Amino acid sequence: MNALPTSSLAMVRTLGLVAAICGALVVTAYQGTLASVEANRRLALEHAVFQTIPGAVHMRAFVATPAGIVPAEGAPAAAGERFYAAYDAGGRLLGIAAEAAAFGYAGEVRVLYAYDPAREAITGLTVVAHKETPGIGDKVIHDAAFQANFRALDARLNAARTALANPIRVVRHGTKRAPWEIDAIAGATVTSRAVGKAVNASAQRLLPLLAQHIEALRQAGGENGP
Amino acid sequence: MNAQPARPTPMEEFLEGIWRQNPVFVMVLGMCPVMAVTVSAVNALAMGLATTFVLTGSALLVSLLRGWVPREVRIATYIVIIASFVTVVDYLIQALSLTLYTALGAFIQLIVVNCIILGRAEAHASKNPPLPAVLNALGMGLGFAIGLLALGSVREVLGAGRLFGLALFGADFQPWGVMVQPPGGFFVLGGWLLLFNWLKKRQGRLQAERGTAHG
Amino acid sequence: MSTTRLELRTTPHIKAGRTVEQIMRAVLLALAPVCAFAVWQYGLSALALIVTVTAACLATERLANRLRGEASTLGDASATITGVLLALCLPPAFPLWMGAVAGIVAIALGKTLFGGLGHNVFNPALVGRAFVQAAFPAAITSWVPAYAPDRFTAFIPSTLTPPLMQPPDVSAWAQAAVDGFTGATPLARWKYDNVLTPAADFFAGSVAGSTGETGAVLILLGGLYLAARRYLDWRIPVAVLGSAALAAWLFQLWAPERYPEPLFVLLSGGLMLGAVFMATDMVTSPVTPLGVWLYGALIGVLTVLIRYFGGMPEGVMYAILVGNALTPLIDRYTPPRAFGTGGRR
Repeated sequence: MNALPTSSLAMVRTLGLVAAICGALVVTAYQGTLASVEANRRLALEHAVFQTIPGAVHMRAFVATPAGIVPAEGAPAAAGERFYAAYDAGGRLLGIAAEAAAFGYAGEVRVLYAYDPAREAITGLTVVAHKETPGIGDKVIHDAAFQANFRALDARLNAARTALANPIRVVRHGTKRAPWEIDAIAGATVTSRAVGKAVNASAQRLLPLLAQHIEALRQAGGENGP
Repeated sequence: MNAQPARPTPMEEFLEGIWRQNPVFVMVLGMCPVMAVTVSAVNALAMGLATTFVLTGSALLVSLLRGWVPREVRIATYIVIIASFVTVVDYLIQALSLTLYTALGAFIQLIVVNCIILGRAEAHASKNPPLPAVLNALGMGLGFAIGLLALGSVREVLGAGRLFGLALFGADFQPWGVMVQPPGGFFVLGGWLLLFNWLKKRQGRLQAERGTAHG
Repeated sequence: MSTTRLELRTTPHIKAGRTVEQIMRAVLLALAPVCAFAVWQYGLSALALIVTVTAACLATERLANRLRGEASTLGDASATITGVLLALCLPPAFPLWMGAVAGIVAIALGKTLFGGLGHNVFNPALVGRAFVQAAFPAAITSWVPAYAPDRFTAFIPSTLTPPLMQPPDVSAWAQAAVDGFTGATPLARWKYDNVLTPAADFFAGSVAGSTGETGAVLILLGGLYLAARRYLDWRIPVAVLGSAALAAWLFQLWAPERYPEPLFVLLSGGLMLGAVFMATDMVTSPVTPLGVWLYGALIGVLTVLIRYFGGMPEGVMYAILVGNALTPLIDRYTPPRAFGTGGRR
């Protein structure tokens, strides 16, 4: 190679040139993929929501704040509780889906649960992400008996509409007595508890904020039909 | 300049990384993604191809710029180039499939620190014209992808009873939980290294025998 | 491979007339009552499990011999002991094919890979068990009751699971076989449900557990026999059990309502089996008396810590494996005193 020391100018020139080429490369890739990346994101979320609320074909994202509910588009990121209202083809409100998370056996368990305002009950649950032991903790995804807990899990509010009338809680396998109790999976108690804890915490925050505005959500399906 | 040894043919350049210098089985480089993303054949293949893309793209650019890059700033230049290709592949995978993107997780971004790539840029691409550089990088990338696929297939078959998502043993299959966890990666890699070294040793022995027979 | 014999002690070497075969035969003899009791408790399934696992170990050992081009080492009975011990620390309802996997891994990964008998770092039986614990976490925590009425005429449903397939759920079978069976070991019942099993149940062997871990008295008798014939270092079981009891006693002193009594800690789970037959493996335990005391105490305390604070209710296996891993270090810092130097007396 050359024995002469390289001039600073040459170094700056090379780095500038490389940075320009690479910058162009990255920007092109970003612009070229932006549309499909966003479409993918929306599809993944919709897929999860529609899976949790059967029959839904259309959804809108909202944020619930103490001041009321606002559409999620344009709302400040950390303004309140984010949730999704799901509608059928005719624009009828089928239910509300929200994400909840709690720490399980090996990491965070994230779930999406469906709430039916007409029945005041939780009507479905999908596990979005988890790190639980395969064969034990991951039973919460498919275990039929466990999933049956979420077909009509009581989530009525108290008289003052400030919290759930009966906190949702996980009980030991085979000891479910009340409609707001979740029967844990035998051998996967820790993960079951995490799911219950997550749903309870989220419902306690979200449902009181939502209570006044269910009617508004029903209307919202009409203005933005499929 | 010193007298160079005979230039390898394009085919030799390409095959270098697939057999003689296979990154996974011979050089045992870039083990972080090898362990982390090979829980299924699809993930392994996607990771291998993404790495191949970054390897080939950066090799081409580094080789084209090799006359202009001063020694003092060469590492900085290579890293910028590699990081750009990693960013590009990151967007591409997001656009292709979010499921794949979440499955591969941080390991897409971590391609940037995969030592094979900087190693090839420094040791090969910066000293060779574009064609050999690209061929060599392509071979290395495919060799890496083959290695990942070898691990991913075994781990998916034992860990989930599937290959490329197709169920092989029916609904009653008992998944081997350990295979989709990090220790399983080490077990399977160990098994492959054992097989690969045994093959190489046998090949060497056979060649030696042939040599003595002819000599 | 070199066949150099390393003397680990300083001179003078007094050669006792003991061979590997003699020691191993004695260990097998000591294990025989434990096996017999296991078969008495769990019937055909336990017998089939012990035979299958042992056969898998022997076959793997023989294959390894052939691949390495050496004479058969089946005669020294060490692979047999690995197989029997491994079977004894698996649940009685464990599918036979999983037992065979455990046996193959135990010998292949735990022993041959390190160079065969005498070169292994870890107790091979525990390597096999750790592997299936990680591979089949559900099957290895499915417990069945002892003394099922038809145990000598029928297998437990999960025993004959076809290879690679999932075992059927045995909880319904277990409920039907023995009324009021909870499907949990005493340790799990204490950890998750806060129920303490009375000591009398342990001695009767009527608690759920691994195939050979519930016969505490027989295990102790076997240990006494081996210790009397000087085939095992009595300090290891004493140190393991003593330190576990001491740790349990201290915890109970600190918070009596939260932690169980030392006797429960000693009798439950695989502590007895581990302390007497696994931790005492000559290859993977330290050489000097001081080293042995340290090693045993470490295993005992670790067992209690893993049981109390770990994710799983049982910790003996991992405690012994950690003890095995630390053995070279312990040997390094507890060198034997050279003959004729120093000394206080």
